[in-house]
Amino acid sequence: MTTKVEIREGGPATSRPAPRRTSSEGLFRWLSTGSGIVLLGIMAAIAVFLVAEAIPALSANKANFFTELTWDPNGSLVFGIGALAFGTVLSSAIALVIATPVAVGVALFISHYAPRKLAAGLGYLIDLLAAVPSVIYGLWGVAFLVPLLKTPSEWLNATFGWFPLFAGDGAIGGKTMLAGGIVLAIMILPIIAAISREVFLQAPKMNEEAALALGATRWEMIRMAVLPFGRPGVISAAMLGLGRAMGETIAVALIFPATFGISFQILTPQGNSIAANIANGFGEAGDIGRGALIASGLVLFVITLLVNMAARMIINRRKEFMKAGT
Amino acid sequence: MTTIQHISTGRRVKDRIVQGLVYLAFALAVVPLVSVLWLVISNGLARFDMEFLTHSMRNIGARDAGGGAYHAIIGTLEQVLLASVISVPIGLLTAIYLVEYGNGGRLSRAISFFVDVMTGIPSVVAGLFVLAFWILFLGMPYSGFAGAMALSILMMPTVVRSAEEMLRLVPGDLREASYALGVPKWRTIVKVVLPTALTGIITGVMLAVARVAGETAPLLLTVFFTDSINNDPFSGPQMGLPLFVFDQAARPNDTAIDRAWTGALTLILIVMLFNLVARLIAWWRSPARGR
Repeated sequence: MTTKVEIREGGPATSRPAPRRTSSEGLFRWLSTGSGIVLLGIMAAIAVFLVAEAIPALSANKANFFTELTWDPNGSLVFGIGALAFGTVLSSAIALVIATPVAVGVALFISHYAPRKLAAGLGYLIDLLAAVPSVIYGLWGVAFLVPLLKTPSEWLNATFGWFPLFAGDGAIGGKTMLAGGIVLAIMILPIIAAISREVFLQAPKMNEEAALALGATRWEMIRMAVLPFGRPGVISAAMLGLGRAMGETIAVALIFPATFGISFQILTPQGNSIAANIANGFGEAGDIGRGALIASGLVLFVITLLVNMAARMIINRRKEFMKAGT
Repeated sequence: MTTIQHISTGRRVKDRIVQGLVYLAFALAVVPLVSVLWLVISNGLARFDMEFLTHSMRNIGARDAGGGAYHAIIGTLEQVLLASVISVPIGLLTAIYLVEYGNGGRLSRAISFFVDVMTGIPSVVAGLFVLAFWILFLGMPYSGFAGAMALSILMMPTVVRSAEEMLRLVPGDLREASYALGVPKWRTIVKVVLPTALTGIITGVMLAVARVAGETAPLLLTVFFTDSINNDPFSGPQMGLPLFVFDQAARPNDTAIDRAWTGALTLILIVMLFNLVARLIAWWRSPARGR
């Protein structure tokens, strides 16, 4: 019994003409490379057009843009970001001080304390915090958090009034820096927790088990094997959170009463930020006003860019270090 | 023979205290989530009716009851769809470049770094950029499309990152098998790599959509306000649901505040729906389910 073997004409495969690859292949490669370059171009364009549209307003400014506290580009042409930048920094700092310890706790809970089967679901629950739109946090802050903070604020002021942050003689509570800072803290908590969790999970299992085998308690194991390993990751996560907090707009625009002044009193009704001022001031801005807002946005862009780049550099260096280690 | 020493009371207490603090931190993080959801649902249900979903705010005075967010819902859906149409091709192709063509060269490292940095661009800056470039420099009018452009800038880095992650998960064996059959690289990517990673990419896009659907600040600067229905995103001011909430919340009447809460409820439902669909797709195709 023989099977008939068909032999196709045309010889071995090598003699067939190579598939036409130059045109389609080149086009596809060019398209994907081009898209990447478009992304870089967008980043450059953001900087270029913000500068271009800010210059006319800046040259019409009658005050020093970086030190002036008032913001009146539509009337007297006197405006500066002094007070706004101060508000941005102070409110973000409050947010960071509140959010970082809680986020590290949450990350440890999910990576080392929660039962394995629940951990993924609980992590998703924390991620949901990031899915709530910022305008809703603003609404919640005004309707729920601001009244809630009234009594604790009065108590803090009465007990620790000698401490500059809690000082204040007039009205206490209401739409304060503290309320804005807490809302920002809630909004940046998920990103800090998510990155810290990833880093804690990557801590070398050998070291953890070695610590436990030597008789360390769970906390001692975490302190010796997990936290030192995770420290750079937590720092960069906190910096990414800082960038988020500084750029957050609508929630704080609803909460801050848009005052222009520099005051460390976080329990009195005052506060503003660059982003909140853009949202609140855009409606009534004329030509110069819009240019002035764009100039303030440019400052915000540069600050957040620097913070983000520094954070990413820390993470990337860590990645290379880990690759070298394995 | 020595017995194993017990852990001293001090160390045990310290261990317990830290455990308590860690549990407390998690509880502290969940409290605001529950509180926000509870407040939005309980306050939003009052006006969550057919009139709200099918009527606009045209000819509704500030103090009047009634009115709805139909115009804002239409606006948000159109703007998000347009933003996806702009950002998904660019984001996907960039991810393909990074995974298949980049080879860790200088350009690919630069792109990768700036994609990461781009995720940190404040949403209000994206809005200001479109305002400066599209509306002030090119002289175009405020429109839903301008808002979609601002949203697409916020979507792109998320799409790139998730698509890149999924493309890297495609086994190299599949690519090599395809090359061995004489298939050119670009057809391998289109016919083998992309279909394998498709569900993961869709999940990433849905999550990106959910993120931008709730953005207010970029819309505020590019879409402008309107109380009427405008189905055409390319001409005339439009409305967006987040913008509707912001606008109504700033008005000092109870009827407006009620509308803001109901708008917030609708917005959360839409965002959660996108999130849920994304997770379901991911779960449906995850290898863990087969076991």
